[in-house]
Amino acid sequence: MDQKLEPIVQALQEQFGATCEEFRGEVHVFIPSGQIVQALTLLRDKYEFELLSALTATDYYPQMMPRFHVIYQLSSLTKNIVLQLRVPVNGDQPRIPTAVRVYEVANWRERELMDMFGIEAEGHPDPRKLLLPDDMEGHPLRKDFPLGYEEPQFTFNFEEIDLRKPYAKD
Amino acid sequence: MTQIEEVQYDRYRHLVSERAFSGETMLLNMGPQHPSTHGVLRLLLELDGEVIVNAVPEIGYLHTGIEKNMEAKTYLKAEVMTDRLDYMNNLGNNLAYCMAVEKLVELDVPPRAQALRVILVELQRIASHLVWIGTFGLDLAAMSMFLYAFREREQILDIFELCSGQRMMTTFIRPGGLWRDVPVEFETAVRNFIRSFPRRIDEYEALLTKNPLFLDRLLGIGKLDAATALQHGVTGPMLRASGVKWDLRKARPYMGYEQYDFDIPVRTEGDTYARYLVRVQEFRESLRIVEQALNKLPMGPVRSDNRKFVPPPRSEIGVSMEALIHHFKLWTEGFPAPKGSVYSAVESPRGELGVYLEGDGGPKPHRVHMRTPSFDNLSVVPKLVKGHLVADLVAILASTDIVLGDIDR
Repeated sequence: MDQKLEPIVQALQEQFGATCEEFRGEVHVFIPSGQIVQALTLLRDKYEFELLSALTATDYYPQMMPRFHVIYQLSSLTKNIVLQLRVPVNGDQPRIPTAVRVYEVANWRERELMDMFGIEAEGHPDPRKLLLPDDMEGHPLRKDFPLGYEEPQFTFNFEEIDLRKPYAKD
Repeated sequence: MTQIEEVQYDRYRHLVSERAFSGETMLLNMGPQHPSTHGVLRLLLELDGEVIVNAVPEIGYLHTGIEKNMEAKTYLKAEVMTDRLDYMNNLGNNLAYCMAVEKLVELDVPPRAQALRVILVELQRIASHLVWIGTFGLDLAAMSMFLYAFREREQILDIFELCSGQRMMTTFIRPGGLWRDVPVEFETAVRNFIRSFPRRIDEYEALLTKNPLFLDRLLGIGKLDAATALQHGVTGPMLRASGVKWDLRKARPYMGYEQYDFDIPVRTEGDTYARYLVRVQEFRESLRIVEQALNKLPMGPVRSDNRKFVPPPRSEIGVSMEALIHHFKLWTEGFPAPKGSVYSAVESPRGELGVYLEGDGGPKPHRVHMRTPSFDNLSVVPKLVKGHLVADLVAILASTDIVLGDIDR
């Protein structure tokens, strides 16, 4: 582990009971979902992580409980280090506290999470859909959402398939 | 026919001011088919006369589910999707994805491939900035700029066509190296470009940099300070125009960028004009990198000879049984990647392009997430345009250099 990272990870472990994993030289720190906002605030104010590079999630259905991991990828410009926070989130009504008040970039990123994974950000100032259409049901990046396909239309079955297509409904 | 629904303004109640509902200000829709939104971006503007009170960007018109699609493909096949993300920076996207794969499976890249990747990606950066300067000029009524910029971009696309047979969606950079070595004409073509292009940049600058009409439209417009920029995750030339010297090529060098001597242009003003100056200076710096990389281009193989991950060259397939087996296995089944996740980031023409890649032990990625720079760069636009005129919005939007394919993914 990077020498500059060690005291930071230690502080997170002491304050939030975080656990730490290392893979390919990257440090992943697991934080309980209730304390993520405090952890982010601490990292931003005390340890100079100015940039929240990425905020995304990953779905481990059906192998793992809790089902989701929300991932916060942080960068420090002054120290030139990166750190990844991971928050395990339960599959039943998944929700995380919003990080908008710590990093404003989380605004759109959390809206994307709500669209794609159905992970609700509690206290989000603008919880509308971002990328998906308003009438869309389901959350595409969940593992139990099937990857759709479009039936190819040929001359002999053009009209038959046209009737089934979603846009063809009049 | 689909029914045309009336827009429900109640949805936007928390985003626009109360005056919009009393009729004092006007809500106006801009886009998604507006030429100066650079793609399919829709903006809901609240206007007080000509002055913008609030702007609400609506995105997602170009959402193609690339991240979901990549989960259903092997690591080699999923790369093809990355070209379609940011269609001005195809090779840069390939590089970001390949670096993530290489990190996940611990694959080495030979030095010649690294140098060629740098040359190609820097040429791509110039091509991307050329499209930007062209459309920037076009939006600000300097029509000829567009024609000049596309003339030079054509030269770069010809170089890509020479290498890969494709002009835009090349997928030339592959995990473990390149698809194949560049042809012998490559060096002459790049040298011709390096020789002719500095004079072209001088021409662009003669046309725009001191042009009073141009300055009137840009100076002091859309000021972005460093703290707001970082809060909104803004990276790339936009961040550097706000006085933060941050470039991943210098901060965390990859592909041997540490061997090349180049500067990071930084301006402190943070306005639209500063963003213009930073990008114009980046033309020259990219050209310096290309020239240095070409001068000390090492000889040797262009892809790793780890046959468990990299398909063998065509010449071997006819004579070696193992090569045939590897070729067959890699293109049908793919290679397994270990369980675990990596995040690797490169500096794209628009900022930090990061790839979060997670393997689950099988031949397909468990999760791919693209941290695309335009997404965050656009999210700051509503703050920049407040209090400016509608005409300034066009200048500000052009100076952020957004690509909607990059935003919607």
